[in-house]
Amino acid sequence: MGDSHHSPEEIKKHMKLYLAVFGGLLLGTLITVALYYIYFVQFWKTVAVALLVATIKATLVAAFFMHLSNEKKTIYRFLLVTVFFFAGMMGLTLWAYADHTMLK
Amino acid sequence: MSTHAHAHDVHHGADHGHDAHHHEPGFWTKYVFSCDHKVIGIQYGVTALVFLLFGFFLMLMMRWQIAHPGQPIPFVGGLLHMVVGEAAPAVKDETTGAILGYMMSPDLYNSFGAMHGTIMVFLAIVPLAFAAFGNYVVPLQIGAPDMCFPRINMASFHVFFWGGVVMLASFFLPGGAAQAGWTSYSPLATVIPTMGQTFWLIGMVLLITSSLLGAVNFIATIIQLRAPGMTWMRLPFFVWAQFVTAFILLLAFPPLEAAGIMQLMDKVFHTSFFLPTGLMISGQIASVDGQPISGGGSPLLWQHLFWFLGHPEVYVLILPAMGIVSEIIANNTRKPLWGYRSLVYSALAVGFLSFIVWAHHMYLTGMGTKISAFFQTTTMIISIPSVIILTCLFITLWGGSIRFNTPMLFALAFLPMFGIGGLTGLPLGFNFSDLQLHDTYYVIAHFHYVVAPGTIFGLLAGIYYWYPKMTGRYMSEFWGKVHFWCSLVFMNLVFQPMFAQGMAGMHRRMYDGAATYAGVLDPATGEVVGLSEAIIGMNKGITWAAVGLGLAQIPFIINFFYSVRNGKKVESDNPWEATTLEWQTPTPPPHGNFAHPVEVVRGPYEYSVPGEAADFSLQGQEVKGAQPQPAHH
Amino acid sequence: MEIPFTAKPRQDTGLYNAKLGIWLFLASEVMLFGALFSSYIVLRLGADAGMWPHGLMNIPIGTFNTAVLIISSVTVVLAWSYLKLGDFKKYKFFQSITLLCAAGFVGIKSFEYREKWHHYEVWFKEPLTLEQQPGLAGHAFHADNERRQIRQGQIPSLIGHFNYGHHEHAGYFWTLGTLKEKKITEIEFQPDQFHYRIPARIQAEMKKDGKAPEKPAPIKIKVEDIKRLSAFVPAHSTFFAIYFTLTFLHALHVVGGAIVIAWIWGPGAALWKTDPERYTNRVEVSGLFWHFVDLVWIFLFPILYLL
Repeated sequence: MGDSHHSPEEIKKHMKLYLAVFGGLLLGTLITVALYYIYFVQFWKTVAVALLVATIKATLVAAFFMHLSNEKKTIYRFLLVTVFFFAGMMGLTLWAYADHTMLK
Repeated sequence: MSTHAHAHDVHHGADHGHDAHHHEPGFWTKYVFSCDHKVIGIQYGVTALVFLLFGFFLMLMMRWQIAHPGQPIPFVGGLLHMVVGEAAPAVKDETTGAILGYMMSPDLYNSFGAMHGTIMVFLAIVPLAFAAFGNYVVPLQIGAPDMCFPRINMASFHVFFWGGVVMLASFFLPGGAAQAGWTSYSPLATVIPTMGQTFWLIGMVLLITSSLLGAVNFIATIIQLRAPGMTWMRLPFFVWAQFVTAFILLLAFPPLEAAGIMQLMDKVFHTSFFLPTGLMISGQIASVDGQPISGGGSPLLWQHLFWFLGHPEVYVLILPAMGIVSEIIANNTRKPLWGYRSLVYSALAVGFLSFIVWAHHMYLTGMGTKISAFFQTTTMIISIPSVIILTCLFITLWGGSIRFNTPMLFALAFLPMFGIGGLTGLPLGFNFSDLQLHDTYYVIAHFHYVVAPGTIFGLLAGIYYWYPKMTGRYMSEFWGKVHFWCSLVFMNLVFQPMFAQGMAGMHRRMYDGAATYAGVLDPATGEVVGLSEAIIGMNKGITWAAVGLGLAQIPFIINFFYSVRNGKKVESDNPWEATTLEWQTPTPPPHGNFAHPVEVVRGPYEYSVPGEAADFSLQGQEVKGAQPQPAHH
Repeated sequence: MEIPFTAKPRQDTGLYNAKLGIWLFLASEVMLFGALFSSYIVLRLGADAGMWPHGLMNIPIGTFNTAVLIISSVTVVLAWSYLKLGDFKKYKFFQSITLLCAAGFVGIKSFEYREKWHHYEVWFKEPLTLEQQPGLAGHAFHADNERRQIRQGQIPSLIGHFNYGHHEHAGYFWTLGTLKEKKITEIEFQPDQFHYRIPARIQAEMKKDGKAPEKPAPIKIKVEDIKRLSAFVPAHSTFFAIYFTLTFLHALHVVGGAIVIAWIWGPGAALWKTDPERYTNRVEVSGLFWHFVDLVWIFLFPILYLL
């Protein structure tokens, strides 16, 4: 696995980055919990903010802790396919419930 | 002799060309807990064939009941009664009261129906098409020494095996096996009070886990372990087909696993994932532990999650067979496959599109027009790559020097049989015609055409084709042809009439062969209302043809076992004069597969290349100056 | 016979086998949890108005558990980094923190589960009214937007704990059937201050404005008036069904991941001496699985606890 971008200096730099991400994750958690006590008139706004913060945290974990930000093309390609199918499964199922002539 | 007892290596066979301190693995390591992909492939294959036979017997008993409702089942009725007790009640003579035999109760019929489907799809075809052929052939065809993760491979077989045991064990439970169809729709599946459904769900969780492990292995192997020079566009189409199949399994099975877990929760912990509010069972509000269930669930949710797998699953059933048939057609026409790139892109397209067509199994659930239009469109689009694949295979035949050996006969028959199956699917893909045909025998005929004279013919072709590589002997050509012609005729006699029955309105899953719906004269209008005698009469013909189909497999079974020791020996490692890498291994291939490292220097179907001495050119060649690879564990 | 690319990556893909394998497996796990999340949305959107529980989760404990998992996530990647630097001792140290966090997470989850299992809801055949029971103001409906047609002042069910005679705390999993079986004719029920029909933020508002009702006194309920009795178990409602299914499946993954990490840390550590590159790969791959488990929790926590 060892190549040029895994020299000791690089790794130490990454470790600092990991700690920064750690801080970001804790901050994100606090923000999400605070949301619980903030009142939006429309509930969907609460949902949107909560999911946005969760997505940002997830992206941090995936990109930095899981090294996705500099992963290989093969992995990107089929993760993209997976995301597409996940979106299809969720989206089409919910659409089927919405566009329905009878009780669910 | 005894003076050389310690130098046992001298007397070892050719595939152990290495030094003395190697221990021959014991029986358990070599045959039961082997990590060698070829052994695992054979394990899967034999187990799957046994399940295939078992599923066939279930169907034969059902067919007898359909053709002769209320009549005792010959030969096996008594045995059935011994195993399942009152689920196979006695048929008594009206006057004397003597027991004439035993028949199936409606519940038993339903459980045979559910298990026939489950066993055929998940325990027979998928393990045979994907796991058995894939495991044996794919590493050989890409020039690899084994699969990427041999121990995970072994684990996946054993999980499959125990999943199968759990499924079969369910027949012996009080109340019998699962009874709500292979599709296991809630609420019925949940409210039937017996343990059969619970075992079915546990079995499914095990089988899905096994498939997921296998899928990871296949994809990683094909990506990582191709021999030098084996570029993507030099892969045999069989490998592409298995690659797409593995992807489908990897991404489509988990939602069914989730749904299975939820249905298990419904059964065991009395949740209401799929049980709606206000559910009534036999006139009473659904209750457990003396109080109503919580309700609030959605039966449709089960259907969405099931068919999210269920549809891609059918492409899992067909793609490996298409791959096998392609290999055999190229080999026996002495021509490259026509339109290799189209084949590859079509296989990829089929795999991709298969994930977004599933609700065409749900047109009658009250779907709105917009979403229905979406699924009809995607369903129509997915037929295009399937037709492209079939067309390329047909065109390959043009101008070929066709050798009509047994594998080729099965492969050739696959083409029109799959064609019929595919074309008859079109009315089912449109919701206006599906309204009439849904849940009728038309559907049964359609999907059996694709899987039975479709996939199974492809798999039989593969068995006859690769048998010489696995055993060093041919299967008997004569009995192979007998097997082929009888199977072809009887397959069509069984399933062709079902189209007519379905179009007349005969419904699926009726234990009495629709006798209840037989035509009666309506005194008011003078018309006959119900199914005509001709339609119901077809049941008898179909049943006899099914019996014939069963008998036609006997030569195959005998041939399969007899030829291991007594078949005609092959003349070389490459008896069919094929181009792909598996034919460049010793026969049978040793542990590690290739005696020398190979590199790939040309495409997979270099047959009849002008200017070449032979009418085929091997895909790989030995790496110059390489040491022979020692085969050891 | 060696399988190539177990330690060194293959040149054209740049990957070693196990890394590709674990990402493939994680893709299937995305579909697994994705199907459960989709089911959550379907069930929630399909629930009757006011029937989806709010405010029943212990937010501080959930937040703490989230922090525990985040800590374990960073220790896992730090442990791998130290291993790449060749520092086996630091790797062992950080990875042991990961394992402690895993144990902590599962322990806290068990505590949460147990707490739920003797927290009850009792539904009446005829709803109580606020006139009959003025002390139950926190259990009455509160119409917080015009779209819900909920009658005010009707109390169809109570949530809380109940004692019966010499059963100091009711056992887990009692139902109406259990009461009848034990020939109990009356139970004494201690309602909670608020019912989950009142959204959590409105509860918070009421508390802030000083309008919060008093904690109700225990009331006696005749068993013949009870329509349904259920602890906060999966069978209680689709909310708890999906909550327990999602969190238990997640917890199984935590345990599974921890077992693999522990094995590599302990008995499997011998590989460090003979093939350090392959050992580091194993640590990386198990770490990837661990991060995925953390990722799932990042979505689970707000969805189940906060929304």
